[in-house]
Amino acid sequence: MTASLKNYLENSNGYHAAKWSEPVVMEMTGTGRRGVVFEDAPAPKLPGKAARKNAPVLPEVTEHDALRHYLHLSQMTLGMMGVSLFGTCTMKYNPRIGERATSEHLKKLHPLQEAETLQGVLELYDNFSDFLCEVSGMDQFIFQAGGGADAAYTHACLTRAYHASRGELQQRDQIITTIQTHPCSPATANTAGFEVITLSLEENGYPSIEQLKSVVGPRTAALMVNNPDDMGIYNPDIKEWVKIVHEAGGLCFYDHANFNGVMSRLRARELGFDACMFMLHKTFGAPKGGGGPAVGAYGCAEHLVPFLPAPVVKKDGDSYVLDEDRPQSIGRVREFWGNAPQVMKAYAWARAMGAEGLREAADISVLANNYMDWRLGKTKGVSRSNPGIDAPRMEMTRHSVDQVTQDTGCTVFEISNRMTDFGIDALWLSHEPWLVPEPFTPEAGELWSKEDIDYWIDVLEHVIAEAYEDADLVKTAPHNGPIKALTSALDEPSVWATTWRAYERKHPSKIAAE
Amino acid sequence: MKAHPWMANSGGSAKEEMLAALGVKDIEELFVQIPEDHRMERPLDLPPQLASEVALSRHLDDLMGKNMVFEQSACFRGAGAWPHYVPAICDEVVGRYEWQTSVFGSPTSDHGRNQAWFEFTSQIGALVELDFVGLPVYSWGCAVGHGVRMAARMTGRRKVVVPEVMDPERRMVLETYCEPTEMARHIQIATVKVGADGCIDRADLKAKLDGAGALYFETPGYHGVIDADPGELCALAREAGAEAIVGVDPLSLGLLEAPGAYGATIAVGPTQPLGVHMYAGGGVGGFIASLDDERYAHEYNTLNVSISETREPGELGFGLALFHQTSYGMREEGKDWTGNSVYLWALANATYMSALGPEGFAEIGRLIMARSTATAQALDALDGVSVDLSRPVFKEFVATFDKPVSQVNAALRAKGLLGPKDLTGEPGVSGNAALFCVTEVHTKTDIDQLVAAVKEALA
Repeated sequence: MTASLKNYLENSNGYHAAKWSEPVVMEMTGTGRRGVVFEDAPAPKLPGKAARKNAPVLPEVTEHDALRHYLHLSQMTLGMMGVSLFGTCTMKYNPRIGERATSEHLKKLHPLQEAETLQGVLELYDNFSDFLCEVSGMDQFIFQAGGGADAAYTHACLTRAYHASRGELQQRDQIITTIQTHPCSPATANTAGFEVITLSLEENGYPSIEQLKSVVGPRTAALMVNNPDDMGIYNPDIKEWVKIVHEAGGLCFYDHANFNGVMSRLRARELGFDACMFMLHKTFGAPKGGGGPAVGAYGCAEHLVPFLPAPVVKKDGDSYVLDEDRPQSIGRVREFWGNAPQVMKAYAWARAMGAEGLREAADISVLANNYMDWRLGKTKGVSRSNPGIDAPRMEMTRHSVDQVTQDTGCTVFEISNRMTDFGIDALWLSHEPWLVPEPFTPEAGELWSKEDIDYWIDVLEHVIAEAYEDADLVKTAPHNGPIKALTSALDEPSVWATTWRAYERKHPSKIAAE
Repeated sequence: MKAHPWMANSGGSAKEEMLAALGVKDIEELFVQIPEDHRMERPLDLPPQLASEVALSRHLDDLMGKNMVFEQSACFRGAGAWPHYVPAICDEVVGRYEWQTSVFGSPTSDHGRNQAWFEFTSQIGALVELDFVGLPVYSWGCAVGHGVRMAARMTGRRKVVVPEVMDPERRMVLETYCEPTEMARHIQIATVKVGADGCIDRADLKAKLDGAGALYFETPGYHGVIDADPGELCALAREAGAEAIVGVDPLSLGLLEAPGAYGATIAVGPTQPLGVHMYAGGGVGGFIASLDDERYAHEYNTLNVSISETREPGELGFGLALFHQTSYGMREEGKDWTGNSVYLWALANATYMSALGPEGFAEIGRLIMARSTATAQALDALDGVSVDLSRPVFKEFVATFDKPVSQVNAALRAKGLLGPKDLTGEPGVSGNAALFCVTEVHTKTDIDQLVAAVKEALA
């Protein structure tokens, strides 16, 4: 829990990030020091021109130096150490029991071990598939996809195989999505070879049935959508949408990225969807790792099961097998059968929650978001997307500081940076394209206490007040972070340097000056 | 219901306070957006809640007790996930709650993580001697897939040439990425012959490269064979107007020439060997590196972290370059797609590479080569086993038994050993062929035990 802002400002000097003067590790070279040594072995005779001529230019540090360097860097990472209400990502507690159990039980397993030596982890996969099938109404889940976007890609690949099996793939070359669906749906549909049709929002906050009907037809391969969207608006026509797409011969995929608010109240299959996806690193409590390893758990109804990527974990009598003999399978979207540690962590989270815990989490998420809406509604300069829609939003809402920007010149980026000065993780703004100016999208979830949520809003109110009083203070933020705001034009070929080698080549004078 | 340890507002009066603020009596009033006929009609039927950590921990232990765990020193199987030593500091670094739980943040508030990302890309760049490196993708196979798609976009040619001897897992991923023939943007996969020496047949390659946008090959290859002149393969590709994409094991690069030094235009490879456990396949990751030329840089699907100046003179920060070209920036117009990947493992990789340094990479390369070669020789000396010792190999090699591989492996398993991968029926081998993996974790004693067990299995 965080002390309230009032006490915080009065009783302390406030938050300040750790600030170590830690050089880039590539500068720690030429010392002759060693971090790891191995036994000696004779130099091998290498064929032809195979031998390396110049040793790689890598750091030379002691083990302690390497450890200390990376621990310093970890300390200069705010993440969830303060309060993070990073919308669309459903910030949850990542239980430590999952870390310990995966370390104790999974780290030495080889993915190509014979199934009879993997009975525990395969049973866990099967149990969790059953769990997610009950939650979604689907018939089988697989965990091969390395993230939510990879699960969307899996669906696009299954769509190819399904229509190819019916001889219709060449005809069905379009996938329909909406502008408020996560970019991974259109992007993976395109990568899989489809043309993408994107529906625009109308006055209710979602595209109309008429708009959908105007694009559905014999070329329709699939619909890929989320619901509710990132503005917290639930499309009540979704069952009708699914019916329309099915009648035209297309498949329907439900991106359940925004599952937290509808969890335990509805099931994708009962709405008619053929397939859906859960992000285990979001809704199911596995850590995000700053961007994976992650799992997009992909589930589908019986008619799509033959097309799933192999291998699929199957129960065969009293034991479990990795079924590879699947002639209609799309093959692989990634090597092996998934990020087993993340599956185990999510399974552990799910079992600790149970049915009553899932319902409680959904209730708290939606309640906390509406509480935030209520407080933000009273916050100077903050407005809500779709102001004409009065119905309570689901687990998140898109807001805007456009009025503050117009009045003070402080953008939402700058306000977000200033909020990090108080230990608040940078805000989630909005996916591209921004449909709302100067957007931000908090999601309270079920983890954070009311005090944390109040602190978050107090900080936003405080920063907005600062913007009106002293805009420069906000524009030059952060002031309490490990470093100041970046200034380089990183899209310029002569400037960007994604490696130290490139930096040395492009900016020799800066290295000389150090 | 008891207050749940992972939900602050499940205890105390917080819910009542929030409901009161909203003037709402029943929480159901907040769900009015969901039409009645969309709702599930019964409660979820799930296994009983295990909110007690004692009970949950016990359940996981009981379930996992059904696995058979092989110590790394008893594991002689590789092929995409390899038993390597993970220094203890790598586990400590990836276990840090700060970045393990971080999501996206900003270059300032998550400065430390971004710097560590840059140190991952910088050290990969140093190993492969290429100047542009993206943040990692899901796996080596996915890196191959994205690399081939980059090349197809750059050259406008929808054909890639790959060796007939290629790990089937990676090959299957590549096939998915190349799209079926019905799709207008299908990429044809042409296969080049591999000679008896385990290397790509140069004459066949010249014929196959016609119209190709890329050549993809690996050295060491899937069967562990080191090509004597990979630069020749790259030159042939480039002369034909194709990109030269080379797959490398980063642990070989203390000994073997850097792909950037012999003309690779794109290099890819696995990251699991660099300080990440196998985790039943959950440790895999892949890198993509290339020339630092706009033509290449503008085709990356990855997030790319660049060094940057800050408002404070002399201070460095690390931000995203070329973000707009990703799917986050341009949806379906972006380059393939990006999303969550394996960024936490990149921190283990960075720690590993910095702790090894140039001398550590040379040492581990010599050790792996010495031990795998010694194992190959000892196995070849047995009756009923043959290994082609004329092939220079790194880490993995093919042995042929006069009994089915599954039978040999069952006998090894009875002695607590995880035997080689069964290659029977795969391209480039005949008979009962198997792929052994021997690394720095295998001592002379471990190798002797393996050889004795194989001898017994074949007796």
